[in-house]
Amino acid sequence: MIRLLGDFDLAEEALQDAFAAALEQWPTQGVPANPRAWLVSVGRFKGIDVIRRRAKVDTSLSAIVDTLESTSERAFESADEVRDDDLRLIFTCCHPALSAEARVALTLREVCGLTTEEIARCLLVSPTTLAQRIVRAKQKIREARIPYVVPSTNELAERLEGVLQVVYLVFNEGYSATFGDSVTRADLSAEAIRLGRLLQQLLPKPEVTGLLALMLLQESRRAARSSPHGDLVLLENQDRTLWNQDLIKEGQQLVQSALLSRQFGPYTLQATIAAVHSEATVASETDWAQIISLYDVLLRIHPSPVIELNRAVAVAMADGPTQGLEIIDAILGRGELDQYYLAHSARADLCRRLGQRTEAKRSYERALELTQQEPERRFLRARINDLNE
Amino acid sequence: MLLVYVDENSPARIADHTAKGCDGLAERLMENGQYVSGGILHPTCTATSVQLRDGQRLVTDGPFAETREQLAGYLLVAAEDLDEAISIASQHPVAKIGTIEIRPVKEIPSLPLHLNESD
Repeated sequence: MIRLLGDFDLAEEALQDAFAAALEQWPTQGVPANPRAWLVSVGRFKGIDVIRRRAKVDTSLSAIVDTLESTSERAFESADEVRDDDLRLIFTCCHPALSAEARVALTLREVCGLTTEEIARCLLVSPTTLAQRIVRAKQKIREARIPYVVPSTNELAERLEGVLQVVYLVFNEGYSATFGDSVTRADLSAEAIRLGRLLQQLLPKPEVTGLLALMLLQESRRAARSSPHGDLVLLENQDRTLWNQDLIKEGQQLVQSALLSRQFGPYTLQATIAAVHSEATVASETDWAQIISLYDVLLRIHPSPVIELNRAVAVAMADGPTQGLEIIDAILGRGELDQYYLAHSARADLCRRLGQRTEAKRSYERALELTQQEPERRFLRARINDLNE
Repeated sequence: MLLVYVDENSPARIADHTAKGCDGLAERLMENGQYVSGGILHPTCTATSVQLRDGQRLVTDGPFAETREQLAGYLLVAAEDLDEAISIASQHPVAKIGTIEIRPVKEIPSLPLHLNESD
């Protein structure tokens, strides 16, 4: 409908009119053979009606009516067409010309079909703020003419990266932010996985597969990630019988197929690391050597201090805390990650294992200063108390 | 409208180079029927700002705002949608050293400069 009318709001209004017409006609005249095509077709006429009404006020719009009316109606029911419309919608909602916040909100609203209230609750903002965000985004789409198209082949990779970013952002909103109402937050992860699946059907590129695998493998640990009191449980201490084996199996299969493509990127590599973890039934069986080499590849294609930090933790597990600590101190020594609480809590943990109590306490306290998330803060405070004893 | 911003004090801003690069782009745009108009501005030390407040005219030396990058030129193009405008902006030589801001121009039929896409 958006493609046919070229306007988000108009399309929404037209579709509502079409549904109203359906409510009137279907009970008496029966449901048409292809309800979707019927709705789109009626919606298109309703949309043209709306423009025509507006055209009485603004003559420049009458040209649009002519164009729309002359556009021959195509076979709306073809599966390809529906598929392409979904893809166009995703790429429009995730257009880089929109702010990251707007992309997330718009995708949840237009692609996932959540209500403004639901999205506001998930993202912990007021419904008014959220509604405004969406209105502004739609205004920009209209006035800056953000096209409703799937990008051309030479831009697809770059634009797809932006889409995957939005999907992973939505997932992480639901996965890592442990404050607030944890149930609605979990919904957000489920929504991201649904989006990932949709994207995987529409555009089965290796990184799309990799991201879906990564989300499934992370999601598989959800039940084990927090104690019944809502406290954080670290990977090595998790009760692995709580891991969801169905999700793990699906994730592992997706990782395999993404790796086979030999065109994978950072999402597939992160998913592979998660898959290696998922293979260990107890923490001590983890294949750290393989994880370190995966981090090495990841760092080559996607250099980042956060990945270096994760690699340092793996090194500490494989070769001992001293080796891991050396790397972390080197990263912090470069002045990077100084504001990142996980760098300090990882450092503290290694110092603690080495019996350096004062250093450990200092780093836990620094980490505590840097995070606002309540379960994390409880965890850090407990560690500091242990060291005080 | 592509607004071209660049740090005018940076050595990278070699006017000749930029002007030549612009010429190349302008020619290509003209061939494609996308060119409307464009120009390179003198540096902000030549700028004068005018404000009218309560009937009082206030003329001051300098640009409207002191920013890290300054408005150095503009290019008005006819683009079907934002993606087309982004594609043109990324071909602009200043995109490598400065910033190209894309702004849709409001269509006001009563103005002589009326961008009509169907032309």
